[in-house]
Amino acid sequence: MPSPDTSPGLYWFLKGSRGIFSLPAMILMGSCAGFAALTLQSGLTRGEAVFMTIGIWALPAQIILTGAMHAGLNIFAAFVAVTFSSIRFMPMLAAFVPEMRTDKTPLWKLILLGHFVAITSWVFSMQHARHVPREWRLTWFAGFAVPLTLANTIIVAVGYGVLSSFPPALSAVLAFMTPVYFMQSMWGSARGMVTRIAFLVGLVVGPALTPVAPQLDIFYAGIGGGTAVYLIDRWRRSRRGTV
Amino acid sequence: MSPELWSYIFIAIAGVFATEIWRWLGVLVGNRLSEDSEAMIWVRCVATALIAAVIAKLILNPTGVLAEVPALIRAGAALSGFAVYILSGQRILAGVAVAVLLISAALAYTA
Repeated sequence: MPSPDTSPGLYWFLKGSRGIFSLPAMILMGSCAGFAALTLQSGLTRGEAVFMTIGIWALPAQIILTGAMHAGLNIFAAFVAVTFSSIRFMPMLAAFVPEMRTDKTPLWKLILLGHFVAITSWVFSMQHARHVPREWRLTWFAGFAVPLTLANTIIVAVGYGVLSSFPPALSAVLAFMTPVYFMQSMWGSARGMVTRIAFLVGLVVGPALTPVAPQLDIFYAGIGGGTAVYLIDRWRRSRRGTV
Repeated sequence: MSPELWSYIFIAIAGVFATEIWRWLGVLVGNRLSEDSEAMIWVRCVATALIAAVIAKLILNPTGVLAEVPALIRAGAALSGFAVYILSGQRILAGVAVAVLLISAALAYTA
């Protein structure tokens, strides 16, 4: 391991890379192996599955697009279905960037590394970035998220065909571990009471909106629920005279 | 155009571009926010509520074999894991293990 004093860039990059061996990274790798099996069953080629993984890098969007291509949807319908599921990236990145950048970070770097933000890397970095000196946070993130993306792309490339059918019980357990892990790590990384309340509100409001708006339930729960919690908190603070 | 090339263009537009625009927009918005601003508290609330909604949806509306386990049992297993996580002094491994054991038992019973 290089020293943080002589080569801090390499030190923090490698420190981030250690995250590839964390529980959330392992769960994600299992899910990507499942995706490889799904693409094969859906009649996609290996190249298409690999391109989707590295190019989209968001499992829900990849699964929706795979379904759309399998069903023979036209490009506009597929675009709409995928883009609805990916709207969440806007508030995610808006919350992520101020934590990671310094005053000198160039925009192109944020745009480039922003591609590697997906739920797993988002939750992981929001949880751990505070222990990294600010000027090295993006380096640390790159050390985690870029190899994570590449490793999963390799898993899809190699897993395609080998895993013609992923054991259904195993994929069910993996599909369950993902939200269970996120639920706990989000709680652990939440800053203060407001974020925790926003978390609980999203947990309840999201499913409540599913029957009304099956495609945009998540978006509405985030904007509506998050805004409501923010306004109540602001009103509470203003009564105490802290705004 | 060969159908093979077309499928890559299809993925690039309906998949890559459809997702990437939201990342770009998020970066542009986030780049204008300072960490301690009021707007930042709001964005953090929205992002957190949103991820929470994603989590709930993954538990309540799964695909595949997991959907065969009743929703109430799935929610119960997830919440039990969460309770263990809190009570064990935020040990994620303990919380996840309990939830996985419960869902495995439910899967074995259903299948």
